[in-house]
Amino acid sequence: MENQIFQLQYAIDTFYFLVCGALVMWMAAGFSMLEAGLVRAKNTTEILTKNVALFSISCIMYLVCGYAIMYDGSFFLSGIQGGETLVADALAASAENGFDGDSVYSGASDFFFQVVFVATAMSIVSGAVAERMKLWAFLAFAVVMTGFIYPMEGSWTWNGADVFGMYNLGDLGFSDFAGSGIVHMAGAAAALAGVILLGARKGKYGKNGEIHAITGANLPLATLGTFILWMGWFGFNGGSVLKLGDIANANSVAMVFLNTNAAAAGGLVAALIVARILFGKADLTMALNGALAGLVAITAEPSTPSALGATIIGAVGGIIVVFSIITLDKIKIDDPVGAISVHGVVGLFGLLVVPLTNDGSTFVGQIVGALTIFIWVFVCSLIVWSIIKVIIGLRVSEEEEYEGVDLAECGMEAYPEFTSSK
Amino acid sequence: MKLVTAIIKPFKLDVVREALSDIGVHGMTVTEVKGFGRQKGHSELYRGAEYVVDFLPKTKVEIAVKESDLDSVVEAITKAANSGKIGDGKIFVSPLEQVIRIRTSETGDQAI
Repeated sequence: MENQIFQLQYAIDTFYFLVCGALVMWMAAGFSMLEAGLVRAKNTTEILTKNVALFSISCIMYLVCGYAIMYDGSFFLSGIQGGETLVADALAASAENGFDGDSVYSGASDFFFQVVFVATAMSIVSGAVAERMKLWAFLAFAVVMTGFIYPMEGSWTWNGADVFGMYNLGDLGFSDFAGSGIVHMAGAAAALAGVILLGARKGKYGKNGEIHAITGANLPLATLGTFILWMGWFGFNGGSVLKLGDIANANSVAMVFLNTNAAAAGGLVAALIVARILFGKADLTMALNGALAGLVAITAEPSTPSALGATIIGAVGGIIVVFSIITLDKIKIDDPVGAISVHGVVGLFGLLVVPLTNDGSTFVGQIVGALTIFIWVFVCSLIVWSIIKVIIGLRVSEEEEYEGVDLAECGMEAYPEFTSSK
Repeated sequence: MKLVTAIIKPFKLDVVREALSDIGVHGMTVTEVKGFGRQKGHSELYRGAEYVVDFLPKTKVEIAVKESDLDSVVEAITKAANSGKIGDGKIFVSPLEQVIRIRTSETGDQAI
């Protein structure tokens, strides 16, 4: 009887993991729509191509070597389906942990849940470098980012490995529940390195340094993308509880869902109000970024804050993101979708507020962890982007940029007109 | 014969069409256009950065009329399209050399 209950728990936890993984996978659709909405129509096909290709590359690279690097597994996931003693081993582990102990679930479900996080980190990069980067330069970077750069910092954090044998982030009190730093700030650090080497879009800044707005082509798509991300985030944070099969964990999962939602709402309202005060009108794109900022802010610790606390954390994230976007614009870091602000600046904020509600973490741990992740990803990315720049170049020609990268890189427009078939 | 080209505010199109129908105008061509006059463009903010909308959306109505109908057509448009605010648009009148109805090959006033 006890074994049957353990089997059921294993099945439920595995099932829960897989469903959450599928929800996170859907965030790829959210990023695609958000980015397609915030770029100009002439760059739509290319940004969509980048998004579908980066997702697939992430899945393959994480399967080939990323998962092995991050969790000390074997390359090509060999043996992940478990050996002949799988059932006995799982039952033994369950019995040892007790019913409400550590989670025990299928190894394959763990990979599936982890792989979609890699793709999320990489998705963040595509928006920031949109409208001017060469497609294949971007995809080449995706290979290194998802196969090596991200798995390395992932192994120091979620896998608890020492950072090059020097220090251990877990021992210092670093805690990042679902990846404000590990996933979001890491993606933003890679994006920042790319944007610095790439430069701003043509026409973004005038001769005298004045800032020109380049308006997004399709705000319904951007809104749909934000809602898709919002929904996928329940899997992102909810799944990171890693377990569902007992009352305490079920409550924790419910609280995580609730707080994730509350933070997004707080972020959206705060950003909307701040934009109204600063600009005189309600800027939808800022409101959308505000919701995402709320989500990023709560991701580092969605289980311990109260519902009100989560709303406030999200709201502060929403306020920060508006000022961050304006500031980055002023210092000529051209980020068409605000990815560096949403995921990087607010990701850092998310990490820093964890010790307020979680006794298991320390400010020192959070700061050292954030610095470790940022420096590692930023420096590695800078090196990789530079190598790509020397070999094939990062940027399309000025004429191609003017005509749109859809034609230059993909040879097709998203909304073709005046075409005829022969 | 004259060609009357009226540039009006898009939301006035229905009123103008009705006013012209009432005085017996049977056909017109309508185009969505962009432009500016004394009204000039206006500036907007997108994510905190300013951008200028130089060309505002307008509707262009083209009507071929007999000389005798010209005054009533111009009056009907002027009255219907007038909101009293800047940006109401303009009416251009130009000579029209020939009109041909393609189906019947009728020409001149007959074809209008």
